Amino acid sequence: MPEAAQRELTFAQAVREALAEEMRRDSRVCIFGEDVAEAGTPFKVLAGLVEEFGAERVLDTPISEAGFTGMGVGAAMTGLRPVVDIMFGDFLTLTMDQMVNQAAKVHYMSGGTWKVPMVLRTTLGATRRSAAQHSQSLHAWLSHVPGLKVVMPSTPYDAKGLLKTAIRDENPVVFFEDKMMFKLKGPVPVEEYTIPFGVADIKRQGEDITIVATSSMVQVALGAAELLEKIGISAEVIDPRTTWPLDEKTLIESAKKTSRAMVVDEGYGRYGVTGEIASVIAEGAFYNLEAPVKRMGAMHVPIPFSPPLEDVTVPTDQTIFEAARALCGKE
Amino acid sequence: MTTVTDKSNTKSNTQVEKWIRTYRRMVMIRLFEEQVNELYTRALMPGLAHLYVGEEAVAVGICEALNPTDYITSTHRGHGHCLAKGASPDRMFAELLGKEAGYCRGKGGSMHIADPATGNLGANAIVGGSTGIATGAALSSKRLRTGQVAVCFFGEGALGQGVLYEVMNLAALWKLPVIYVCENNLYTEYTHYSETTAGDILARGTAFGVQAEAVDGQDVRAVNAIAQKLVDRARKGEGPAFLLCNTYRYTGHHVGDINREYYRSKQEEQEWKTKRDPIKNLAEWLISEKLADAAGLTAIETEVRAEMKSAVEFAIAAPYPGVEEVEQDVYA
Repeated sequence: MPEAAQRELTFAQAVREALAEEMRRDSRVCIFGEDVAEAGTPFKVLAGLVEEFGAERVLDTPISEAGFTGMGVGAAMTGLRPVVDIMFGDFLTLTMDQMVNQAAKVHYMSGGTWKVPMVLRTTLGATRRSAAQHSQSLHAWLSHVPGLKVVMPSTPYDAKGLLKTAIRDENPVVFFEDKMMFKLKGPVPVEEYTIPFGVADIKRQGEDITIVATSSMVQVALGAAELLEKIGISAEVIDPRTTWPLDEKTLIESAKKTSRAMVVDEGYGRYGVTGEIASVIAEGAFYNLEAPVKRMGAMHVPIPFSPPLEDVTVPTDQTIFEAARALCGKE
Repeated sequence: MTTVTDKSNTKSNTQVEKWIRTYRRMVMIRLFEEQVNELYTRALMPGLAHLYVGEEAVAVGICEALNPTDYITSTHRGHGHCLAKGASPDRMFAELLGKEAGYCRGKGGSMHIADPATGNLGANAIVGGSTGIATGAALSSKRLRTGQVAVCFFGEGALGQGVLYEVMNLAALWKLPVIYVCENNLYTEYTHYSETTAGDILARGTAFGVQAEAVDGQDVRAVNAIAQKLVDRARKGEGPAFLLCNTYRYTGHHVGDINREYYRSKQEEQEWKTKRDPIKNLAEWLISEKLADAAGLTAIETEVRAEMKSAVEFAIAAPYPGVEEVEQDVYA
């Protein structure tokens, strides 16, 4: 990246820029969902798109997640490249038949004859005081299903490059944005770029412990790594960026190098992404590990409303710091 | 690969040819399903199949009103829709037997036949599962200005699925060229539809401002006439329609559903078969109008029967996919 081209965008601006660029590049790209046009979504991520591309390509829908997600599948099969907007990740439950039984299976069931080049963009993340039905991180559900790809950007740079890749992909892609990161700023070059799926990014080099973190938890893990440095522990923070395809090699190599690993993810801990990644590391790096792989996810409770209750349900830099310190055997 | 040439693929404007083609295709569906049942009873077919026998006039009457490039979505009881839209029986049978020569390379089976070449977006084993797909295809057609119409076939059982109402609302709002074809064969699996369906079925369309019509689904000429009207209307940009076709499922919910007396009488089945058979009715009309004679129609049946036989033989002889294919086409 040339230095002169460096500029800062928020996560939301990076997402919007990716969409706008892809819509300019390819007239088949369209977006539909609840309040995506004039309102630009409640998070204002899509502000300005309807003004540039018109109501034919930026379509407000009724509150019918199953219906318009299913239409996304059909539209993708027949020549459009729809981006379906599901305002809160919790509403994915309403789209599950369309995503799991239709989008994910059309290509395989049809013997490779039909394709579903569709993106479903949605949110995850707690601590916004939105209670149990607007705070979940359900990406593990979709990562479980063959036929889907699942993307979890953690920086504005990654959000833009990965979303452009998602829109150009020939498969159904689920793109999770942490709603607490929309205002996060970071460098995003002016020049065109894309980021391939299945390539993890080492967000911070380290020697003593590998912290694999996804989406929102990457920033939190980087905060924990700062705290760890102060007590002499060098943490390597790795962001897989896509939970499927998963860059198993980079995760395993890092764990072999540091000999200790933990996995931090904002989904529920039980039967989730942390369990999957921890077992990938355990299977791949077992003989190099000096401690069991540690998992940290959201507590196994519905996300509560009351702030002091909600705050303890998800990992923080402090809890990651303490777990990493214990894993490294430091008092 | 194709061993059967479906002569009914050739379109013609003359009335005689149109109705002979229609007759032939209905006979083809019936004899195809006879063979499917035979494959099941001889234990040559893995799994189950849901037969379309008795409902042939719906699929054929509607698909006769469509262009080859128009789209359809189908159901678990989908063989008739696929054949009516132009699928060839040999590749259909091959798919039913899980063979590589099948439409889905053996990965879909009876309930998932799909074929881009004939505009078949796929049969669907989730009841109501393809309503979104058909409506999305209509959105593509409108946005890309291709003039294509999408037909969404479903049984009356799908009236219980909420997604149908979500997409009908959207199709009406956006004036999409989609036709929702409800085949009421009276039985939602093993339960009479009156036990599962409240109110007026047509009102479920008109509530959204969707043009709703009902037709005798055993009368292929009536089905075709109304379908032609609704397809023309959709193609002109006048919006979606809901077409209720009243029909009857001659056989069980699936090939293994043999003893049906606990949910319907043999007498009822017999009445439909003798008095309201769509193929018999069309044959009588063709003869009375002097568009065909009995010998000519028998010749068609003999010919189609031979075609089905050779298509089945093709499928039985066809190889299974290699196991290395199991991980192919998960992703495009």
